[in-house]
Amino acid sequence: MTTLLASIGARTLGYLAGMGRGVIFLGSALLWALRPPAKFRLIIQQIRAIGVDSLLVVLLAGLFTGMVLGLQGYYSLRKFNAESFLGAVVALSLLRELGPVLSAFMVTGRTGSAMAAELASMRVTEQIDAMHSMAINPVKYLVSPRVVAGLIAMPLLTCMFNVIGIFGAYMVGVGLLDLGSGSYMAGMEQSVQLRDVGEGLLKSATFGVIISWVCCYKGFHALPMATGVGRATTEAVVLSFVLILLSDYFLTSVLL
Amino acid sequence: MIQVIDVHKKFGPQEVLRGTNLTIDDGCITTIIGGSGSGKTVLLKTMIALLLPDSGRILVDGTDITGLGQRPLNEIRRKFGFLFQGAALLDSMTLFDNIAFPLRERTRLGEEAIGRKVRERLEQVGLGDMGYKYPAEVSGGMKKRAGFARALATDPEIVLFDEPTTGLDPRLGQSIHRLIAAMQSQLGFTGVIVSHDIPEVFTISHRVAMLADGAIVESGPAAEFLQSQNPVVRRFLHGDAGEAVQ
Amino acid sequence: MNHKATEIVVGLFVVAGILCAGYLAIRLGKLEAFGNSGYVVYADFANVAGLRRGDSVEIAGVGVGRVDSLILVEDRARLALRIDPGVAIQEDAIASVRARGLIGDKFIAISPGASDRNLPDGGRIRDTESPPDITDLIGRMIGGNVTGDAP
Repeated sequence: MTTLLASIGARTLGYLAGMGRGVIFLGSALLWALRPPAKFRLIIQQIRAIGVDSLLVVLLAGLFTGMVLGLQGYYSLRKFNAESFLGAVVALSLLRELGPVLSAFMVTGRTGSAMAAELASMRVTEQIDAMHSMAINPVKYLVSPRVVAGLIAMPLLTCMFNVIGIFGAYMVGVGLLDLGSGSYMAGMEQSVQLRDVGEGLLKSATFGVIISWVCCYKGFHALPMATGVGRATTEAVVLSFVLILLSDYFLTSVLL
Repeated sequence: MIQVIDVHKKFGPQEVLRGTNLTIDDGCITTIIGGSGSGKTVLLKTMIALLLPDSGRILVDGTDITGLGQRPLNEIRRKFGFLFQGAALLDSMTLFDNIAFPLRERTRLGEEAIGRKVRERLEQVGLGDMGYKYPAEVSGGMKKRAGFARALATDPEIVLFDEPTTGLDPRLGQSIHRLIAAMQSQLGFTGVIVSHDIPEVFTISHRVAMLADGAIVESGPAAEFLQSQNPVVRRFLHGDAGEAVQ
Repeated sequence: MNHKATEIVVGLFVVAGILCAGYLAIRLGKLEAFGNSGYVVYADFANVAGLRRGDSVEIAGVGVGRVDSLILVEDRARLALRIDPGVAIQEDAIASVRARGLIGDKFIAISPGASDRNLPDGGRIRDTESPPDITDLIGRMIGGNVTGDAP
């Protein structure tokens, strides 16, 4: 019994310590990001990795999400003779929820996993130790640029996701079904407020930081052995998904 | 001078270093030998605080580096160069940029001076025209040479070598040994080599120490060490009781 | 990929992203990108239930501006209406709160007046009509005396 309690206690302490380490890790990454000299070149490289390399999957996901929303929304709304609300339904669900969350998921899968794997392999092959030995701070060099790039690239990606999603729903609603183009666009313009756009951007910026943070943390602290890279990658993706959804709920409840 | 004083280090239940004492003299090459898993690399990494000992002290030129803050520790680390086992070159950079990396990040040298320095080091390790290649494009031996050039880039006082010949065929290993010896006599740094490449490594060592069961069992000038009557050393050197080696 | 190419690709990405953000913010979010254009007229209503900031102002069904703010002044709702430049509103124009369909979005409809004089920036529309209360309407319909007059 005592051993059981002791092991539960030890586990709890272990989780707490892990959480603390994670928060300290993010804090030092943000601090280093603010401290000059800024690493513009590295930030640009990472925006390319996060933004440009994920662009295709994000756009594809956005297009099909919009098309599904258009189709599903049209048939649901038609039951209430409210097809003219399609534009509003599509725009609001994309801007506030689906855009930020789904594009964050796509980026996690495409770039976040690669980020975790890259840092983990740097850990395993002692490249991170090598930086320490050269008196170069690996957090400043490896993590801060990725966090800043996530903060910048993620909202931009989300905007592209939203625009192409709105276009996808337009194609289905106006092109395929018999909704009027004016009624789709007017419904959208009348229901969307600047707040909706802003809150969506705030969410996606948060998700961008979460992805870079979690994936860097897991990669950075990978166990230095052959299986370390794979494990770090899996854990990074799963934890990113969970934290994105958790923070999404809290952000929504605070912002509404 | 590096003084290792009564250092203990545990990984989980496994006690790797149990009261290790060792003094590294300036201006010569000291080789630490021992069977694989004997804790040689751990000992080497504690000397530059990549691993922190559980207890004991490590003095670098009189300063205890255990428990130093980040800033003073970085000051101490500037004295060091480290050649890692797999060379640990940054994959995202060419060999040239790898060697220039510590110069760009840690010194105020202009790009031109850095370029001159990097080309000199590349020349010295025999990679004169390979600077534009990425680590993934060159052989293991070339990576080690580039890693060595990077370790030497900032003119360190102390260079640590973690198994510099592992993964290379004996001929290439010998060429790395000769390179280390040549550079040491030219630049005069203090070298610490961790190796199980015996007896080849003795040809370039001034002093040799042997680590077994977490402690230094024998140390001294290379010639004397070879004549040691210590049974553990004899077994390791001459392999006449294989089980002790592992 | 060399550094120049990376910079160009990232530059393109950022421009495309900002264009999309701009589209969403300005077209859908009604962000006034170039300061506040047009002029403001005020109108007091007894009741503007359901109207929100940013809802449109229309003359003869054509959008000519937006609701800038809603505040309470002496138990009445005072709306600031931002009217597009070049659109004139006569002194005796009538502003009313309307809805698209029975439950649709609310908007402000302005019926032009006959006066020669137009409202200046900061002027006030004196005649206003509040929306009919739907529950009240239904109640009266059951009672059989729908007159169509606003309460």
